[in-house]
Amino acid sequence: MLCASGRLLAARAETSLFAPPGGRGPALRFPRRELHFPGQLNPPLWDSLTGRLTRHNASPHRRVILKWGRMQPAVGRGLAGSELRLRKSRCGSRAARSVGRDGAIQATARSPKPPRRSSRRFEEVGRQALLALVTLLSFATRFHRLDQPPHVCWDETHFGKMGSYYINRTFFFDVHPPLGKMLIGLAGYLSGYDGTFLFQKPGDKYEHHSYMGMRGFCAFLGSWLVPFAYLIVLDLSKSLPAALLTAALLIFDTGCLTLSQYILLDPILMFFIMAAMLSMVKYNSYANRPFSAPWWFWLILTGISLTGALGVKFVGLFIILQVGLNTIADLWHLFGDLSLSLVTVGKHLMARILCLIVLPLVLYMAIFAVHIMVLNKSGPGDGFFSSAFQARLSGNNLHNASIPEHLAYGSVITVKNLRMAIGYLHSHRHLYPEGFGARQQQVTTYLHKDYNNLWIIKKYNTDSDPLDPSFPVEFVRHGDIIRLEHKETARNLHSHYHEAPLTRKHYQVTGYGINGTGDSNDFWRIEVVNRKFGNRIKVLRSRIRLIHLVTGCVLGSSGKILPKWGWEQLEVTCTPYLKQTLNSIWNVEDHINPKLPNISLDVLQPTFPEILLESHMVMIWGNNGLKPKDNDFTSKPWHWPINYQGLRFSGANDTDFRVYLLGNPVIWWLNLVSIALYLISRSIIAIAMQRGAQLSTKVEELTRVLLQGGGQVLLGWMLHYFPFFLMGRILYFHHYFPAMLFSSMLTGILWDTLLRLFAGGLASSSLAKSVHATGILILILGTAYSFYLFHPLAYGMVGPLAQDPKSPMAGLRWLESWEF
Amino acid sequence: MLGFLKRPIVVTAEVNLNMVSLTVASLLSRLWCLSYPRAVVFDEVYYGPFISFYMNRVFFLDDSGPPLGHMLLALGGYLGGFDGNFLWNRIGAEYTKNVPVWALRLLPALAGALSVPMGYQIVSELRFSHCAAIGAALLLLIENALITQSRLMQLESLLIFFNFLAVLSYLKFFNVQKHSPFSPRWWFWLMLTGVACACAVGTRYMGIFTYLLVLCVAAIHAWHLIGDQTLSNVRVLCHVFARAVALVVLPAVLYLLCFYVHLTLLYRSGPHDRIMSSAFQASLEGGLARITQGQPLEVAFGSQVTLKNVFGKPLPCWLHSHQNTYPIIYENGRGSSHQQQVTCYPFKDINNWWVIKDPERHQLVVSNPPKPVRHGDVVQLVHGMTTRFLNTHDVAAPLSLHAQEVSCYVDYNISMPAQNLWRLDIVNRQSDRDTWKTILSTVRFVHLNTSAVLKLSGAHLPEWGFRQLEVVGEKLSRGQHESMAWNVEEHHYRTSQEQRGQELELHTPMKANFSLNLSFMARFLELQWRMLTLQSEEAEHRYSSTPLDWVTLDSNIPYWLNPRSSAQIHLLGNLVIWASASMATATYVLLFLWYLLRRQRDIHDLPEDVWQRWVLAGALCGGGWAVNYLPFFLMEKTLFLYHYLPALAFQLLLLPLVLQHTWDHLCRTQVQRGVFSALVVTWYSAACHVSNMLRPLTYGDRPLSPGELLALHWRDSWDILIQKP
Repeated sequence: MLCASGRLLAARAETSLFAPPGGRGPALRFPRRELHFPGQLNPPLWDSLTGRLTRHNASPHRRVILKWGRMQPAVGRGLAGSELRLRKSRCGSRAARSVGRDGAIQATARSPKPPRRSSRRFEEVGRQALLALVTLLSFATRFHRLDQPPHVCWDETHFGKMGSYYINRTFFFDVHPPLGKMLIGLAGYLSGYDGTFLFQKPGDKYEHHSYMGMRGFCAFLGSWLVPFAYLIVLDLSKSLPAALLTAALLIFDTGCLTLSQYILLDPILMFFIMAAMLSMVKYNSYANRPFSAPWWFWLILTGISLTGALGVKFVGLFIILQVGLNTIADLWHLFGDLSLSLVTVGKHLMARILCLIVLPLVLYMAIFAVHIMVLNKSGPGDGFFSSAFQARLSGNNLHNASIPEHLAYGSVITVKNLRMAIGYLHSHRHLYPEGFGARQQQVTTYLHKDYNNLWIIKKYNTDSDPLDPSFPVEFVRHGDIIRLEHKETARNLHSHYHEAPLTRKHYQVTGYGINGTGDSNDFWRIEVVNRKFGNRIKVLRSRIRLIHLVTGCVLGSSGKILPKWGWEQLEVTCTPYLKQTLNSIWNVEDHINPKLPNISLDVLQPTFPEILLESHMVMIWGNNGLKPKDNDFTSKPWHWPINYQGLRFSGANDTDFRVYLLGNPVIWWLNLVSIALYLISRSIIAIAMQRGAQLSTKVEELTRVLLQGGGQVLLGWMLHYFPFFLMGRILYFHHYFPAMLFSSMLTGILWDTLLRLFAGGLASSSLAKSVHATGILILILGTAYSFYLFHPLAYGMVGPLAQDPKSPMAGLRWLESWEF
Repeated sequence: MLGFLKRPIVVTAEVNLNMVSLTVASLLSRLWCLSYPRAVVFDEVYYGPFISFYMNRVFFLDDSGPPLGHMLLALGGYLGGFDGNFLWNRIGAEYTKNVPVWALRLLPALAGALSVPMGYQIVSELRFSHCAAIGAALLLLIENALITQSRLMQLESLLIFFNFLAVLSYLKFFNVQKHSPFSPRWWFWLMLTGVACACAVGTRYMGIFTYLLVLCVAAIHAWHLIGDQTLSNVRVLCHVFARAVALVVLPAVLYLLCFYVHLTLLYRSGPHDRIMSSAFQASLEGGLARITQGQPLEVAFGSQVTLKNVFGKPLPCWLHSHQNTYPIIYENGRGSSHQQQVTCYPFKDINNWWVIKDPERHQLVVSNPPKPVRHGDVVQLVHGMTTRFLNTHDVAAPLSLHAQEVSCYVDYNISMPAQNLWRLDIVNRQSDRDTWKTILSTVRFVHLNTSAVLKLSGAHLPEWGFRQLEVVGEKLSRGQHESMAWNVEEHHYRTSQEQRGQELELHTPMKANFSLNLSFMARFLELQWRMLTLQSEEAEHRYSSTPLDWVTLDSNIPYWLNPRSSAQIHLLGNLVIWASASMATATYVLLFLWYLLRRQRDIHDLPEDVWQRWVLAGALCGGGWAVNYLPFFLMEKTLFLYHYLPALAFQLLLLPLVLQHTWDHLCRTQVQRGVFSALVVTWYSAACHVSNMLRPLTYGDRPLSPGELLALHWRDSWDILIQKP
């Protein structure tokens, strides 16, 4: 999203109203510093004479503001306990379960009559046929009208574009890890897409460009969600009806369907999440045959899927957390099993470390290695990265450049702030206006390369020209006291006890002196962060701080935009707070010194771990920066499960081809009811068991399914939902879909079990069976009918909007907030 | 009859001299020279104004915490006869005679002093030895940071006091539970737990974590009770019900009560009014109420009104227009309609007045009888000073490019017809024919031609717009956001020359009287919501620190400095105690894990009851430390060292427990025990020594020479103020 283009960041600031007199800030203040992506604010094509505004339906959803701030770590708390307890209770029942070797046997063991061989084979074939049917339906719904609409929809503009970047090998920046976009790019490449389509904004026609490969790939992965859910539920509940119900919920959900049909990361992400869940469930079911081939297979597959999930979006962390909790509970139980020797437990532990930690890490790094190798051309993402990083990219002006490696006196340099989107230390022939400290020359930071960014390093005490060939070269070292002379205006970098123009608690930084002659307020001590004394200062690699000798403050940029008198460049201050923040750390980028030998920058190339670290820092920073504006309506996590509001994928007016991402309300509200019902029934059962109620074996088996299988997916739902409440970044409706998959599985398990429990109370077993079958059938048919009603949302519709009573959708606008 | 006379009346008093002496010592340490220095010390400058506000009954809004703590500080002022007349403008300012410094600092100091014997009690109630209990109390007694913090008008010592009280009374309750449930003592301690929890939450939001901890422990104990099959179902139900009432309902009620008192006390309008809604402001005496009192309730066609934005971010402001027009060409080359600017202006101004006009009538006056405006009516808004019509059209707004420009229509350009009809949409309507009420109704204006909604975008216009806030027509109105909602604040019926105002007033059906019809709950909810959502600017502070600095005591806070004598007060902990407390916590966690792993392999190192006590002690003391410390890592606000003190207090309780456990279970031989006791004694003497050395910085009672100060500058990261001669 951020990456969309190489537009540089600019910052805007609002001055604080007043500064607090004492310990803390006073209560009533409003503005905060913010950073904009002006690139997102595409000026519409404007014709001032006609006064027409071109419709700008591109990015209001995705309009974002960057703000400095810490990320709320998205970690769900307080879940471990329930998981532990849940697993413990399973352990207790292990003896009972060990009778059956696998699910098939157990399911058949439940039926009253002992099964004959032929009927078992028949049942097996039936199962396969059902699975095939489910898969077929899923594919059919997902691939139906996949080519419609033949224009860019919603976030296709980002992810399609990024796919193209891979094909064109240009470097870009995105807040998500690269796997998803790499796969999209690969799919496009294989299907003959040449990467030339611009994906400028939603609504652009694809025309002759081949886009079906990419959409098809996403739909293909999205289609697998249904069979995966089917298999997970089947394994957890050992009940075909439950699995069928889950599959029906997902097949007939318009939201899942819509989300799977476009070039987006979500189908890929959900594919890996469900694959990880499925393989985890499978390997759990082989717990009685540890270290067997299928056990290893599923364990390794879990690790691979986890990498996939994390490689697409950081949301993958939640499924990692789930698998992690499951594994810890599992190991804890194994550890408590006194029949196992400690060596065996150690082997179990090692197997998990190997497959669930080491393997995913290696794969994850491999993904990044491929990402970095593929993208070797300079592109729109350069500006987000450090100078050293940019030197890698062909086409960047730092690529293959050769400059002297160590700073020496007399060098002409540019100094770049280490914080992203702040830019180069800059000065120009303009004075601070009246009322802003001393009326001396302005010093700012500037994002573009310019002659006014050049500074000369001089010794503080001599004025002799260090470039005189008769003097030996003298290198600048850590701790030296220097002067920085602005090359164009020959004024020195200067600071004094005056308030900075915007940040009132900091000191003003100015350009002072005539032809390099100033006063003692021009002296700065240069320090390398995290290095020892005596070291030379390296171009690009050394992180330096400039400390003002007289006041002891540190040169930094506050990141606030100066008003018009400062040409809207960023404020530079000298901060008396000695805390190390990136705002006050700089590096030297350009370096000109005729007396020193130039070396190729390739020597300075960062190592792979450094690249990896930097990419992650930038991604995390970018994610934190996606902050909603105060005055905009944004999607809140509590909106999601109640299906409060959808997302416009395409079109807004009655003449447009409209696609609206909205869950099938019947299914979503059923899911919502099911969660409440599940929690209630679970507490009743738990209290009854704690009170020592005696359950018949049949009921006990059902409650076990409810507690363990249901608990497993409920945990998944919670892990994929609740962390969003803690996130400060901007949120969208589609973030709920992974959680929605889990909640549909819960619905399947819950209703099947409840119906069985209810029917079990009936007198005759044939009546019980028919009650159960009827219940499930009603639910499935109900969802199917609701899908029939709502399918235009996903497959697209033209005609009057639903507000209009003439529209065929008018009766379906059950909530006022829906806009289709 | 009179049988009791046959025996002498005997009073047996059991006095725990340990407790008494500890209490006396801690009172001495906290109260000694309490009114020194007679100057504003650090955060007193922050809390002081609130005390003055209470004294003057002026409404204020503080986002740092619920009002109970502030009220307790103010109670001290009330008892000491403070009149609220002091200008709390800078740290170090001398108090004038009318400020009862001693009384103001008394309550926090008492709370701090009483925490010491309570620490003793908690450890005893955890069924650890008397020595461990004394150890805990002695640590609390000599910890410099706790002393400094209790001696000033600050809230941390109150929070620690309530936290301890909650834990202590829960433990007492838990111990009574074993032998006499539902006895008066049982009830007393149970209720006291709830009260203490409510007070902790009421003092600081952080208190909620201790409350949750106690609630969790109580829930686990209740769960065991449910599993106890010797109890009848009814009895179990009674147990659960009693706990729910005492630990959930009671704290909630008390929390509300504290807001009730707060709002009852503060009935005058004050400097923080502006941020509240119009209805809230009107319920305060003075301020807006003075203007709105008696103005007509129902807005009618011909009403003259000011319209306030409900959301009011970044600033509370009113819909505004003025003679100046939008620039023909913006700086980035786009053009505008060049019509009259419409903005949102954060100050009261004559240009904020608008007249509600009926599109079908020409007059701008209220008819007789007034025709009220209802939900769904189409209105025109006429700017009072320029008599131009509020208009929006398909032109991009100056800053929010996806939205429409809003202007007052000037017919420069025939190609752009006037589009000045707005449909009134009352958001909080009761029925579909509800009338538009002053202050009470929040309304949206939906443009008839383009269905755009009038909205405050929150952006500041550049110089040509006088830095006022941008108002736009939002076309993609997704959902209802408060920035699209407006309410009428000032309102009067516009009358023509002939019509006598009074005559019309007579026909006005209802007058507004808002102080009566805004319920306490509405006021509470609004206040609480504003307190939680108020975004204070991320104030960089010289002495702020990060949670990681706290454990190692990497930073201190200079609280006060006497510029003449260099006597100074610092918030500075006892290094020995902090280091050993952290080590003890780590030891506890490691030991706990070790025992847990071994138990899972069925090796029981500890007898069951010892293990139970060990776990409970860890859950309450170690857990208390964790819940009071770890949440800070997630917080984005400016943090100071004193935020760590509640966590530290719990850590200090855990330390002697770990020591005793080591003595009891890890020292096997007599020699080991001897060595261990010697070590403990040495360690404690060291702690006392350090405490004594830091004493001048704790009390600030002694002039210090630069040499002495340098000698105290043990760490480079500490800020000891050494004045240059």
